[in-house]
Amino acid sequence: MTTIVTAFSPGTRRGFELLLIVAAVVVSCAAYALVGLGVDGTLPVRLLAIGGGLLGLGVALHLVVRFAAPYADPVIVPIALLVNGLGLVMIHRLDLADGTSLAVRQLGAAAISIVVAGIVLVVLRDHRRLRARTYTAMVVGLVLLLLPLVPGLGRQVNGARIWIDLGVTTFQPAELGKIAIIVFFAGYLVVARDTLSLVGPKVLGLRLPRARDLGPILVAWLASVGVLVFERDLGTSLLFFGIFVAMLYVATERVSWIVIGLGLFVAGCAVAYQLFGHVQNRVRVWLDPFDPELIDAPGGSYQVVQGLYGMADGGLLGTGLGRGSPDIVPFAESDFIFAALGEELGLAGLFAILVLYGILVQRGLRTAIGVRDGFGKLLAAGLAFSIALQVFVVAGGVTGVIPLTGLTMPFLAYGGSSLLGSWIVVALLLRVSDLARRPDLPPARPGAALAPASPQDENPTQVVRLP
Amino acid sequence: MNGPLRRLAVVVALLLGSLLLSTSWVQFVDAAGVSAGQGNVREVYREFGRERGPIVVAGQPVAESVEVDGAYRYLRQYPQGPLYAHTTGYYSIVYGTSAMERAYNDVLAGTADSLFYSRIGQVLTGQDPSGGSVQLTLDPEVQQVAAEALGEQRGAVVALEPATGRVLAMVSSPSYDPDRLSSHDLGDVRQAWQELNEAESRPLENRAIAGRLYPPGSVFKIVTASAALESGQYTPETQLPGPAELDLPQTTTTLPNYGRVPCGPDDLTTLADALRTSCNPAFGQIGIDLGAGAIRDQAAAFGILEQLEIPLTATPAVVPGDLNAPQSAQAAIGQFDVRVSPLHVAMVSAGIANDGVVMRPQLVRTVRGPDLQVVDEPQPEAIGAAVSPETAQQLTDMMVQVVEAGTGTSAQIAGVVVAGKTGTAQTGNDTDPHAWFTSFAPADDPQVAVAVVVENGGDLGSETSGGRVAAPIARAVMEAVLAP
Repeated sequence: MTTIVTAFSPGTRRGFELLLIVAAVVVSCAAYALVGLGVDGTLPVRLLAIGGGLLGLGVALHLVVRFAAPYADPVIVPIALLVNGLGLVMIHRLDLADGTSLAVRQLGAAAISIVVAGIVLVVLRDHRRLRARTYTAMVVGLVLLLLPLVPGLGRQVNGARIWIDLGVTTFQPAELGKIAIIVFFAGYLVVARDTLSLVGPKVLGLRLPRARDLGPILVAWLASVGVLVFERDLGTSLLFFGIFVAMLYVATERVSWIVIGLGLFVAGCAVAYQLFGHVQNRVRVWLDPFDPELIDAPGGSYQVVQGLYGMADGGLLGTGLGRGSPDIVPFAESDFIFAALGEELGLAGLFAILVLYGILVQRGLRTAIGVRDGFGKLLAAGLAFSIALQVFVVAGGVTGVIPLTGLTMPFLAYGGSSLLGSWIVVALLLRVSDLARRPDLPPARPGAALAPASPQDENPTQVVRLP
Repeated sequence: MNGPLRRLAVVVALLLGSLLLSTSWVQFVDAAGVSAGQGNVREVYREFGRERGPIVVAGQPVAESVEVDGAYRYLRQYPQGPLYAHTTGYYSIVYGTSAMERAYNDVLAGTADSLFYSRIGQVLTGQDPSGGSVQLTLDPEVQQVAAEALGEQRGAVVALEPATGRVLAMVSSPSYDPDRLSSHDLGDVRQAWQELNEAESRPLENRAIAGRLYPPGSVFKIVTASAALESGQYTPETQLPGPAELDLPQTTTTLPNYGRVPCGPDDLTTLADALRTSCNPAFGQIGIDLGAGAIRDQAAAFGILEQLEIPLTATPAVVPGDLNAPQSAQAAIGQFDVRVSPLHVAMVSAGIANDGVVMRPQLVRTVRGPDLQVVDEPQPEAIGAAVSPETAQQLTDMMVQVVEAGTGTSAQIAGVVVAGKTGTAQTGNDTDPHAWFTSFAPADDPQVAVAVVVENGGDLGSETSGGRVAAPIARAVMEAVLAP
């Protein structure tokens, strides 16, 4: 028996990744150069420094991946780098208009975030180790989520209390809390999925859960409503609850959870709308942003409307980088960077960016399908969906699909905490995809805490459906 | 779990698909509708971010765009300030544009169709359009003299070149500072706007062409005299009644002469002498005999009843044509409901000076593209023959007599034969009359026709008369034109 049957191997494709990284840096540098040409007709003096820095970061992460996660999906890092680079370019462009220097800080934050992502890849050699930390993750996640409510530490910015003040800088802990909560959901659901999915009365073709199994979803719902009410942030609330419902559905395969979840969320929103003026205000602005009374009112629609004007001005092909007036929109570098890019890159540019996000999410979901352990599936699905939902909530708010919220565009928007969170998401997705794409079972490493999951261990055939 | 994952992927596709739809809606399908919303300042930024072409008088800009730091890249400046304010207008972020800035906006902004060919290079290289320039017909020395001669008095001066209709000077007093309205300090702009609009002296009005019209008083007698001569029933020697007061038919009132003195011996005068002495009863009698309709027809022949675009919009004169005899008598001496602007009076003089042919008034000499190529050059255009050349000559001779030996002697210029006519228009019982003077010179080869109005007597108040207050201003303007 010397014949060894080898499964089809797609290869590591690290060379392809490097090529895409170089392409992402080239595109970012071209955009950066266009900003300079568009604003004052000269090439930016720091073009080589910025381009070199971006390339250095990309190549460094590539080398870490090559060493620590050789089979990881080759498209994830280049996309994240490209969107990050485009965000930097737009922040730099707004710097020129506003006389600020946020792009330098953002580049620093990107460097730190990418280094942290590398460290995560190196330290966390197997994502299944996280499963042992399920309840630690829960505590960390809740603490991070609720931290802005601590008096003296929390800061209210633009109505939303989702910031904490660290003295030297402010931080949005929910960006990291999100990841911890996803780890917790994955760990919790992989254990509880059988109970949640199999027992309960069947009503109208929907198998409803038992009352006592409703506990966790009610807790998650209460936490979300709490965020909405006390931190005044619809976006974070929607994000957390949406991730939870999606992961619950993936774990249990039961549509009834989605129905229950959406019903609870709608009910929560309805109650919040009745009780809180700021929610009513947001909805009013959403329904009729062009109402003359709302445009100049405090907390009114000025920002939304100016963002829409900018996007409409951009049209199909945009005004060109550096040639629009995206700086008219308040917080164009963070909340409204989507509108700023829409103005200068046009509909074509926004489609390209949305497609980039789409590919990134698709790669994450593909990882979830490809990986064999249930925890990994749920983790990758939750992380990937969090990116999709966050993009939807932000861009949907800017373009009027849903009320405006305080979330940030992953990789794109100005803000260190958002960038750090997004790059950690990338690191975790790389980690899971490394296992998912590994042609053979990884050789058991000495000292590995968990036994390698055999395909059978997590195979759904274990589930016995009762009539 | 792979089934739900695939369905989750569908949900993600729907979420991102909805964003593709919403961005398409905002940026393409309904982009125009979105842009039309209230408070969209991008259009303003775009306009104020362009280099706007200058308005030029004799090679010097009187309105120009200067690059500045700030949200709006260019600041509109008016180096001569109030002197040309009513011609250039202002260019305000808050209140829009006026006068030439408005009339030639597309040329100055560089968006006019006529500039297309000179802009092809810019279009291909993606440069922002830079504007064309507008050269005015105004003569800076004449304009300066007219403004100084008028001084602080309220009123207006218009000087035309009779053969071409070119406007050599156009002054309205008081004026304003267009720099203040065109500033980027919007608070100050609003304050200036409020001050100017609340000012009792109405400085934003261009009294020369578009203010509240004035009763012309006796300067209108040249229109009445034109109608009389053109009717064929009169010659300059025709005997006319010249009593101290003319009894008006159908009424108990009379039409008194100035100072209630007879116009000549035996209460008789000739048409020429009536004009020279500005004899009210004689012209009242002409008005009764010809009827208001004939006078109105004559005014129309001078082109003053149509709305002129020079290209600034000039208010048409009001000359009623359907009046009874006493009203016609008053209209014949420029009272009753007759209302004109200084431009109209200048056009009448210019028409007589130009052998009876009235030329269309014109402020624009050339329009040039950003590359300085001439894209438009308005040619002199006749409105029509108001009077025959013979009548024009007779009127000229009569008006020369006004200046030589009549009411307009203070318009005399040494070595130059000047033709003119005074006017002192009653404005009511409580207010001082408006002082008028219109003239052209030299009488045998007219280079300039002037009309001057000084409101409510100007510096002389109730002691005013056209001859004392307005004629010296007209003389100064004519001298400025005729100066070698």
